[in-house]
Amino acid sequence: MMERVVHAIQCIGCPIGCGGEVIVENGTVSEMTGFTCNKGLAYAAEEVVAPKRMVTTTVRVSGGGLALLPVVSVTPVPKDRIFDCLRLLRDVSVAAPIAEGTIVVSDALGLGVDFRAARDIASVQ
Amino acid sequence: MREMSYDVVTIGGGPAGMAAALAAREAGAERVLIIERDRELGGILQQCIHNGFGLRRFEEELTGPGYAHRYIEMVRATDIDVWLDTTVLAAEPGGVITSVSPHAGMTVVRAKSVVYAMGCRERTRGAIRTPGSRPAGVFTAGAAQRMVNMEGYLPGKEVVIVGSGDIGLIMARRMTFEGAKVKAVFEIMPYSNGLTRNIVQCLEDFGIPLYLGHSVTAIHGKDRVTGITVSQVNDRLEVIEGTAFDVSCDCVLLSVGLIPENELGRAAGLALDPITSGARVDQFRQTSIPGFFAAGNVLHVHDLVDWVSEEAAIAGRSAARHARGELPALGSERSVTAGEGLRTVVPQRLSAFEPGKMSTRFYFRAAKPMGASLLQFWADGVLAFERKLRVVKPSEMIVADIPVRKIGDAQKLEFRVVPAPEKIEAEDEIEEEA
Repeated sequence: MMERVVHAIQCIGCPIGCGGEVIVENGTVSEMTGFTCNKGLAYAAEEVVAPKRMVTTTVRVSGGGLALLPVVSVTPVPKDRIFDCLRLLRDVSVAAPIAEGTIVVSDALGLGVDFRAARDIASVQ
Repeated sequence: MREMSYDVVTIGGGPAGMAAALAAREAGAERVLIIERDRELGGILQQCIHNGFGLRRFEEELTGPGYAHRYIEMVRATDIDVWLDTTVLAAEPGGVITSVSPHAGMTVVRAKSVVYAMGCRERTRGAIRTPGSRPAGVFTAGAAQRMVNMEGYLPGKEVVIVGSGDIGLIMARRMTFEGAKVKAVFEIMPYSNGLTRNIVQCLEDFGIPLYLGHSVTAIHGKDRVTGITVSQVNDRLEVIEGTAFDVSCDCVLLSVGLIPENELGRAAGLALDPITSGARVDQFRQTSIPGFFAAGNVLHVHDLVDWVSEEAAIAGRSAARHARGELPALGSERSVTAGEGLRTVVPQRLSAFEPGKMSTRFYFRAAKPMGASLLQFWADGVLAFERKLRVVKPSEMIVADIPVRKIGDAQKLEFRVVPAPEKIEAEDEIEEEA
């Protein structure tokens, strides 16, 4: 049986925000219209089968001038695992000094996604 | 009281101040100073922990702190002086800057050139005149962003967001991530004021409804906010009787616009643009006061920091040239106006071009959303240049490079946005500034 689904997808790759359609036939992408760059095409194709998002949040930091350290996923997280990652990061605490780029959590939940520090935090005496 | 002297001083150490200082130093200014009132450089970027910054400037997607980090490292690699925890009280014509700080007391700085880079602040509840009581729990979205992302406080658990500016949309996702329930976003206009990508990834991803054409008509609660009343509005933004409904909440976040933080400029008597609330500048980003330049959100509110960095670099280079006495004196002014379809244009005037200049870049805000359109440049009433725009949104700045040969000797320059005669497939590439 032939199954044809048309998905309207709004690209989030850059501020231009192209809107387009992705046609999926029998579980595979057969046609895409409306996207104007390769990044957009890749996003749209993935969005209909396995949507992912970059995740940014904070973890506790001790001994620094600030209460929180912003962290960012190094690669996108499967959309349905975002809240699992957030729960994991809620219990993470690091100590200053922290350098931008330091991996705070590696291979979160076995997803193969690392989270890294988004900034420096110096230690405060 | 200390007295110091510098070639170029930027007031503000956010993205605009850092980019201006770096460009000034690179352009040969020897003594450059950044004065920042916060405890660190980076400005508002430090609380914008989401990603999406730097696609244009660094060709990769960075977080706000990540973008700031790149610039902070660049500043550290130079001999640019940075004064933190220092507030500028006045910057007067002639380049006399009075500042105070807890560690150095009062200082007078004599600067050959000054770059205003103070950024902007949020419009508050007073600006939208929402009736009702004055309970706790009503915050601007940016204040809440700082609490959640830097200080470790959650301002509420059942949240309603008023206004669909980008900070409000970003905070809808952020509060959801932190365990709060975001019930809805209400926008008075018939279109969103945020970037489309933020509506998708901050609202639609989490099933948060966006009500367009809805206005808050009351805020309830005595000590703490308990809810709001919302009504639909008509196309004149008047409340439609009988459409009111209540939404309970313990927190209201306002994302209802930004205003340049331009008190220093106003006190110095700068000529202002009544629409942007920033200074009127020429293509060098020089204000009406010789030697005073402006860049970033204090000049006009941007949606992308990448453009701020670029604009600030123009201001910084110009400031360095002025400090060396190489920038032409402010003289005959050619006016640039935002005509049909446009709200703002920067720069608002043109000074004489440098020899060899091929094109100059203009930044616009549209007056209303439009589909495929033409950006038109009229020189002394004659259509001199047209560019296709795939889509026009007030939330997204329009940027265009106009060839100098098209500008010629025109004295009155006007830009317009008009509907395109037919559907346009792709937006023309932006020509890089020569």
